[in-house]
Amino acid sequence: MPLQSVRKVLVLGSGGIKIGEAGEFDYSGSQCLKAIREEGVQTVLVNPNVATIQTDTRLADKVYLLPVTPAMVARVIEQERPDGIMLGFGGQTALNCGVALKKQGILDKYGVKVLGTSVESIEIASNRELFKQTMHNNKIEIVRGRAAHSMDEALAIVKDLGYPVMIRVAFTLGGKGSGIAHNEYELYEIVQRGLAASMIHQVMLEEYIGHWKQIEYEIMRDYKGNAITVCNMENILAMRVHTGDNIVIAPSQTINNHEYHMLRSIGIRAVEACKVVGECNIQFALEPNSERYAVIEINPRLSRSSALASKATGYPLAYMAAKLALGYTLDELLNRITKVTTACFEPSLDYVVVKVPRWDFKKFDRANRKLGTQMKSVGEVMAIARTFEEAIQKAYRMLDIGLDGVLRQEVKVFRSEEELEDAIMNPDDEILLNIIDALRLGWSVERISRLTPIDPWFIYRLKNIVDMENMLKNLKHLDEDVIREAKRLGFSDRQIARYLRMDEDDVRMFRKARGIVPVVKQIDTLAAEWPAKTNYLYMTYGGIADDIQVRDVVARDGADAPASSTTSSSTDTNTNTTNYNGNGRVIVIGAGTYRIGSSVEFDWATVNMVWGLKEHGFKEVAVINCNPETVSTDYDVSDRLYFEELTLERVLDVYEKEMPEGIVTCVGGQIANNLTPKLAEHGARILGTSKDDIDRAEDRAKFSALLDMLGIKQPAWQEFTSIDNAKVFCRSIGYPVLVRPSYVLSGSAMRVIWDESNLEHYLSMAAEVSPEHPVVISKFITDALEVEVDGVADGNGNVLIGAMIEHVESAGIHSGDAMMVIPPWRLSSKHIHKLREYTYAIARALRVKGPFNIQYIVKGDDVYVIECNVRASRSMPYVSKFTGINLITLAAGVIAGKALPEIDEPWLNVKGFAVKVPQFSFMQLEGADIVLGVEMKSTGEVACFGDTFYDALSKALMAAGYNLASRGSVLITVGGAMKRRVLPIVSALKAMNFSIYATEHTAEFLIENGFKDVQIVYKISEPNRKPNISDLLHARAVDFIINVPSTLTIEKYAEMLEDEYMIRRKAVEMGIPVFTNLDVANLFIKTLEWMKSNEPSVSPIRGYTLV
Amino acid sequence: MRVKIQAMRKVYDGYKAVLMLEDGSIFKGIGFGYPCRVVGEVVFNTGMVGYTEALTDPSYRGQMLCLTYPLVGNYGVPSYSVKDGFGLPKYFEADSIQAKALIIHELSPYASHWAASKTLDQWLYEEHIPGIHGIDTRELTKRLRVKGVMMGVLEVSKDDISIEDLKSELNNAKRYDEINFVHEVSSKQVIKYSVDESNGTVVLIDTGTKYSIIRNLLRTGYSVVRLPYNSSISDVLSYKPDGVLLSNGPGDPKLCKETIELARDLLDRDIPVLGICLGEQILALASGAETYKLQYGHRGQNKPCINLKDKRCYITSQNHGYCVDPDTLKGTNFDVWFLNADDKTVEGIIHREKPIIAVQFHPEAAPGPYDCMYIFDMLADMMRGG
Repeated sequence: MPLQSVRKVLVLGSGGIKIGEAGEFDYSGSQCLKAIREEGVQTVLVNPNVATIQTDTRLADKVYLLPVTPAMVARVIEQERPDGIMLGFGGQTALNCGVALKKQGILDKYGVKVLGTSVESIEIASNRELFKQTMHNNKIEIVRGRAAHSMDEALAIVKDLGYPVMIRVAFTLGGKGSGIAHNEYELYEIVQRGLAASMIHQVMLEEYIGHWKQIEYEIMRDYKGNAITVCNMENILAMRVHTGDNIVIAPSQTINNHEYHMLRSIGIRAVEACKVVGECNIQFALEPNSERYAVIEINPRLSRSSALASKATGYPLAYMAAKLALGYTLDELLNRITKVTTACFEPSLDYVVVKVPRWDFKKFDRANRKLGTQMKSVGEVMAIARTFEEAIQKAYRMLDIGLDGVLRQEVKVFRSEEELEDAIMNPDDEILLNIIDALRLGWSVERISRLTPIDPWFIYRLKNIVDMENMLKNLKHLDEDVIREAKRLGFSDRQIARYLRMDEDDVRMFRKARGIVPVVKQIDTLAAEWPAKTNYLYMTYGGIADDIQVRDVVARDGADAPASSTTSSSTDTNTNTTNYNGNGRVIVIGAGTYRIGSSVEFDWATVNMVWGLKEHGFKEVAVINCNPETVSTDYDVSDRLYFEELTLERVLDVYEKEMPEGIVTCVGGQIANNLTPKLAEHGARILGTSKDDIDRAEDRAKFSALLDMLGIKQPAWQEFTSIDNAKVFCRSIGYPVLVRPSYVLSGSAMRVIWDESNLEHYLSMAAEVSPEHPVVISKFITDALEVEVDGVADGNGNVLIGAMIEHVESAGIHSGDAMMVIPPWRLSSKHIHKLREYTYAIARALRVKGPFNIQYIVKGDDVYVIECNVRASRSMPYVSKFTGINLITLAAGVIAGKALPEIDEPWLNVKGFAVKVPQFSFMQLEGADIVLGVEMKSTGEVACFGDTFYDALSKALMAAGYNLASRGSVLITVGGAMKRRVLPIVSALKAMNFSIYATEHTAEFLIENGFKDVQIVYKISEPNRKPNISDLLHARAVDFIINVPSTLTIEKYAEMLEDEYMIRRKAVEMGIPVFTNLDVANLFIKTLEWMKSNEPSVSPIRGYTLV
Repeated sequence: MRVKIQAMRKVYDGYKAVLMLEDGSIFKGIGFGYPCRVVGEVVFNTGMVGYTEALTDPSYRGQMLCLTYPLVGNYGVPSYSVKDGFGLPKYFEADSIQAKALIIHELSPYASHWAASKTLDQWLYEEHIPGIHGIDTRELTKRLRVKGVMMGVLEVSKDDISIEDLKSELNNAKRYDEINFVHEVSSKQVIKYSVDESNGTVVLIDTGTKYSIIRNLLRTGYSVVRLPYNSSISDVLSYKPDGVLLSNGPGDPKLCKETIELARDLLDRDIPVLGICLGEQILALASGAETYKLQYGHRGQNKPCINLKDKRCYITSQNHGYCVDPDTLKGTNFDVWFLNADDKTVEGIIHREKPIIAVQFHPEAAPGPYDCMYIFDMLADMMRGG
């Protein structure tokens, strides 16, 4: 039973979304808060991730948007005096912070009890030596290996271990110098290099296990010692690829009963040895030709894998873990799905689950795409089906990378067989697509198996898909039996249509006429053994009967003329979806996988839309989404959850099962937005802004015409099909220009071009310009401010602006990478007036019904519109939390047919400042350049509120990982004319007693301008000249770097300056902040100044919102 | 790296197959294994691994086994000749398949595992067992759950299958509950297993024992003498056993008259006894308690049982269709020892005075979790006078 002494619990979050710590912690934190609150215990949350559901004041009693650092959390503890603290729900960030608080004596000082796994247990799991010893004492195998300090020692160790052997260099950064030796020759190479690189002249030699199977178990244990394994998972790409980047299948497919239960028992024993209370993940390596195994690690907390396991099984791991931390035992808790059986059981799956990561390498020039032990993916999807083939094909559609299955449209052209062999041997993000292509080229499974540790079982399964493709390609017309089998193997109508050169709709019509339709199955945790009251669902062609029947519920309250846009007449006669009758049902489309540009903020919008629609009278809200790292896919958020593809085909399938009043597509980001016209054309009723009006905002030419009509300016633009016409246009509007090709050969899709020679170069080398692939060129306005407006309109002319938000940087940085501030701090009332007027005009002209976001540029007195998104925006959670008025709740009301409340613009009613700062993950992306531009690169964001601008900014910077050192050293390297602008920054730094290092030219300039004690350092490319930047970075002798690229631009040239890139990259690997933008550098230094005489405020969210 | 790969006959060109249930439900799928027609009780098991162990479990005699996990056969079938440290087949619970048929969603056309020697399809073919796949096993499971386990008939054939023939075959078949399977599965002679004879002996009454029960007895250091189900108390005592184990087995426990008789004699003495599954039911019946048939049984590897002595909850492997009635235990010398945490049925009984314990679940696992192997150690402790 729960501890009676605990009345108030502090929960730590994980901060901004970064590679390795993403939306899964919104899921775990949210479930944790719900589980605690049910017990009547008060909750306090510290998490600066403003875009999460957990930081909505709905779940926690008090929310502090503050950095999860020991210093800040200590202040919250002092203020709140909680009885207990939970460290297992906010990733490694929360765990590290908790351990530090314990060690600093803060928890003991304030009598805060660590609930769940103790700090001692956490240390067993995180301290390598302690862990080894604990495993050894319990007769549990770990990877064999020893340290060597010389080549002779290394040779002796290898005699024991055998080749291949893994060599890790001790105490070097970024794993540099590690390698795999297959023979003595290679061993000599790597060991010599490694010993030289290691600061303590030591290398670790370990048995190489990269080709071993990687099997994980999720284990729950209560304080009495009851333990269960909730799920096991097999990582298809074996040990050598990080589980976060691996393609994962649950349950394991290629191990037998012996291996399964051997690992399970060892797992429970290991967890027992560590005395975990709550949830943990244990990772095993299993030799593929025997029962030899090694425990790799234990994560004594909720993790990405546990989020996946939770969604894969229906067992709410985080919720249960919180209950166990409060003092329950497993058998005291009920299975949340059946509500009659106990939670102390192990889920049995009668389906197969496949997780595929989403990588965004295209956003990062020069990033190394090869997969290895460093995680690089930014999101993931989870597909559920009754065959592996169906699941993997669904997953590749869910990834939203332009594929309609696990097959490329055409076999990729490889220069040689060796190139393809190499691609299979050294996996990158396209590994499965490459294997499929090898199979298409007739390579045997055996041949492919010799190149990869992927178990042949999976390759055979992929071959099934390729065989079916061949069968489809040879079809003269649609054949019932073949189509039935193709659907069972996960082929989409679009794939089938392509092989038969017909329309997707015709395939749909053909199969529906023959009863080839998917069925709805429940994820019930126990394979149908008990009746389950769950509405956690997926669709499959591997079945004959639906598990649930959607029945009409009572019409929703006050279902007067349901709010709707005019539906266009149905063009699809076989989809009888135009019937609606006020039955109180509605579908909300979620945002799918997280990726750069679409993250947890859209999950926040989805969940708030669901809640809002329920509050406004809808009886049953169904959600479609496929991202396991979300709250919207939690078992208790919607009335029915379809864990499904966000494709036209599947959404229509769901629509036909649900027959709702309509579907909401304005909260799921761009995927949902793009589906809107097609859904409407197929007879689905869109609730919210109509598809034609969305089109008027999305279509560049139509939107332009609308702005012209309204007399609102936008940067000059035109579409081109030839270089010559483009050149003429650019000369007339003047450089710089922003070029958006519709087809890119390499690199990122958008680019700022500063002169004609570059335009020519870019359009001939990197992008295509032709009648098939036109290019859009627009004027790139510099030295201007960028402003965004978030609002809601009701389609009847009423518009409410939630907030005006100003970018802190000058215009030109992608809005997802820009720092933002509410209220705007540099705009005049004239500007604000004009922005308001424009916003009203545009929202009314577009008949917006729901949320919208407009981006503006302000230059002098002029206001230009960049774009209008008729949907929820990235900044809405930030605006809603700061103002206390939830824009999505208002939008839900509007969609339900309610009028907008007559209230003042919420941002005018708040005191203080809210600053949002992007969170980057460059450290994880080997090779990626960190210079920002028009393509978004951040993976997440944090926001903090404050009494003053610097109060908010200082906390937001800390929350994004910046160390606000008040003294130390700075390296400055600034190119060309920007040098002059750096002088005031240098003065400020000198005044704070920072010592200044600068590169040759910059140093000369600074010395000329009176800063005599600037120290010169030499380029990385000249390693023999000392002092060298490289040494400086390695010694961590600088606290931060101001590096403004020497082109006049913020966007890099194709011939990027190698040396500056190397400085930035090295710095990132050493964890030293680099400012490539003078605006930001300036603000950073001003913040340091402010910190000298001020202390950031500590108040919960609502503390700033009261006027 | 080398992994064994075995391709089998193409699945899509396989046999036709029809499964018909008592309630008239018809499932048409693809046949595999051996083409023939069989009748049996249709039961489902929710374990996700362990088909070689499950299919060779003698408790499945007379039953067609439906596995709810949809992808089966992935890791193929190892050879019977692979033995464990005691010389028993490592991956099997008997020397041949015991279930009447296998019902699954999808048969893996390939086997990929270092220990595999053949595919599942080939194994079934060789042992003359039919199989059906390509059917909605979840729907089948739900029907069994709602209506209870039913008799069914399965035909696998190259030719068209007559529904009428199936119907009459099913109507004319003897019902599962009426058949005594124990004499079929019990060993006919005395078999001895031993590592070190000086450690003492357990007599195992074989009503259809799994090899893993013998494995676990040997693990505790004792020698095992395996006796037929109809052995008398004097047969048992002639081996001077330190303890007796009443094994698992198929069918209605009430039909096991000879073994119940033996159990009564055991209850009169002070020899430590462990009953497992059918053995538990037999002990209960011998003491005067009653058993009844569950609607759809407990078959899986994820079953929580609470030990009422230490209040801990254990995950167990189960395979039983019958159960001890707790109300009828009251007049006996047994207390309820384990309770199923889900439906509160009896999963173990313990004698109030004597060293006699019994569990309904399978502490020997195989397939399933090893968490309750301590039950064998408890028997060993009792035999040592603990």
